Amino acid sequence: MLTKRIIPCLDMKDGRVVKGVCFKNLQDTGDPAALASYYEEQGADEIVLLDVSASYENRKTLLDVVRNTADKVFIPFMVGGGIQSIEDVREILLNGADKVAINTAAVKEPELIRTSSEIFGSQCIVSSIDVKRVYVKDQDEAPGKIVLNTAIGNCWWDVYIYGGKMSLNIDAVQWAEMVAALGAGEIIASSLDFDGVQQGYDLEFLKAVSTKTTVPLIASSGAGNPKHMLDALTIGKADAVLAASIFHYNCFTIREIKEYLAQNGLSIRI
Amino acid sequence: MVPFYLLITIHLSDSKLLMNVLIKIVIVDCCLGNLRSVQNALQTLQVDVFISNQVKDLSNADAVVLPGVGAFREAIKNIGSLRSTIHEDIERGKPFLGICLGLQLLFTESKEGGIYSGLDVLQGQIVRFPRQVKVPHIGWNTLRIIDDNNPLVEGLQAEEYVYFLHSYYAKIKDRTMIVALTEYDINFPSIVAKKNIFATQFHPEKSGKTGLKILQNFLRYVRK
Repeated sequence: MLTKRIIPCLDMKDGRVVKGVCFKNLQDTGDPAALASYYEEQGADEIVLLDVSASYENRKTLLDVVRNTADKVFIPFMVGGGIQSIEDVREILLNGADKVAINTAAVKEPELIRTSSEIFGSQCIVSSIDVKRVYVKDQDEAPGKIVLNTAIGNCWWDVYIYGGKMSLNIDAVQWAEMVAALGAGEIIASSLDFDGVQQGYDLEFLKAVSTKTTVPLIASSGAGNPKHMLDALTIGKADAVLAASIFHYNCFTIREIKEYLAQNGLSIRI
Repeated sequence: MVPFYLLITIHLSDSKLLMNVLIKIVIVDCCLGNLRSVQNALQTLQVDVFISNQVKDLSNADAVVLPGVGAFREAIKNIGSLRSTIHEDIERGKPFLGICLGLQLLFTESKEGGIYSGLDVLQGQIVRFPRQVKVPHIGWNTLRIIDDNNPLVEGLQAEEYVYFLHSYYAKIKDRTMIVALTEYDINFPSIVAKKNIFATQFHPEKSGKTGLKILQNFLRYVRK
């Protein structure tokens, strides 16, 4: 039976992991390859390396990190941050990554998803979507958008780019359907409302995307404890959960989380 | 004239090489994407491994690995001139391992984006998963071993997890070539084998310790 995936995310700046506090036994917690290998040992199902600095000058550094990680890690890993072109995708894959996550560039140039999935295969092209809720009175206030009733009120979800800096006034659920149709093999859904708050994932959004699209969904942003992950995988119907703080700051181990999820009846690789 | 001590050194290093019997594995460079991981995984298992699309490299190798991600049509096109070499090598009994798309390329034809002919060393058709499940099939799923005696699954426990990343699978009539099955809405062949041909629908190079064990089993078969 296919298992739900637990995916730790390593935020990197200039080739170094942005520091966490939970790795007392690791000599160099800044080395992405070492940390990725540590997570593999703990039972991570996949790893995400996210280049948050993502500037042009950093490209070579990023490729070095990708190569070092590929040398040490024998589970799949995905690379995201600042991917702009087919050439970027090619370089990252050739240096040993299994998947690339495309965010801003896909919104600006949707053909990038289509072309790259045709060349490299859908299975390695992941569309990463950043969203923020827009609360409205009713559907009439947001014509053309998918308005849903949530615990806090009626809202639709707007797509953001440039790391959450720019709003696009595009319906995120419809955009998710679009990227899947263009050839993305997976979707990462991140919520700007829920990110960093550690109060749980945006379950209503996850559920909307998961039921409307036919590709696997990776939930991101908001995990503070294992129960949040359970909710994302059950209520939110996500296929995988991605998280950083829960491992880096709250000091839950992957094994602890997996045991909790398995005890609650999910199919988990332990 | 060559100094005497140099002759001894050469002689010693030669015999050392012979004792280790470093086997040569070629990874066929037919596909866009991540070949490096396959190379890395094999390298940890102490073999001489290189990536090539040259006929002479394939002929000189002790075993051939056909990995692959990406689209069937592109890959079979890229194999092009290597086609007859692959057929001859397999015919001569050279150990052959197909991985993921590499498994699919071995079959008669694929329905991915049209109908395309494969290498046809195994009989069957590559088809897409049914509509009611999420495609691609991505993640860790279990192996149900059907043929315990196959060298590729030696020492594996029941229901070990391996990593899948694919939208199509092999539909085959000849059940005798099925070594393991995996369930994703339907039961599909996750390991197939026929004489010196082995193939996995999952990625052993990305399946942690279980995957490395499977690659090691393949290398043990090559050494015999």
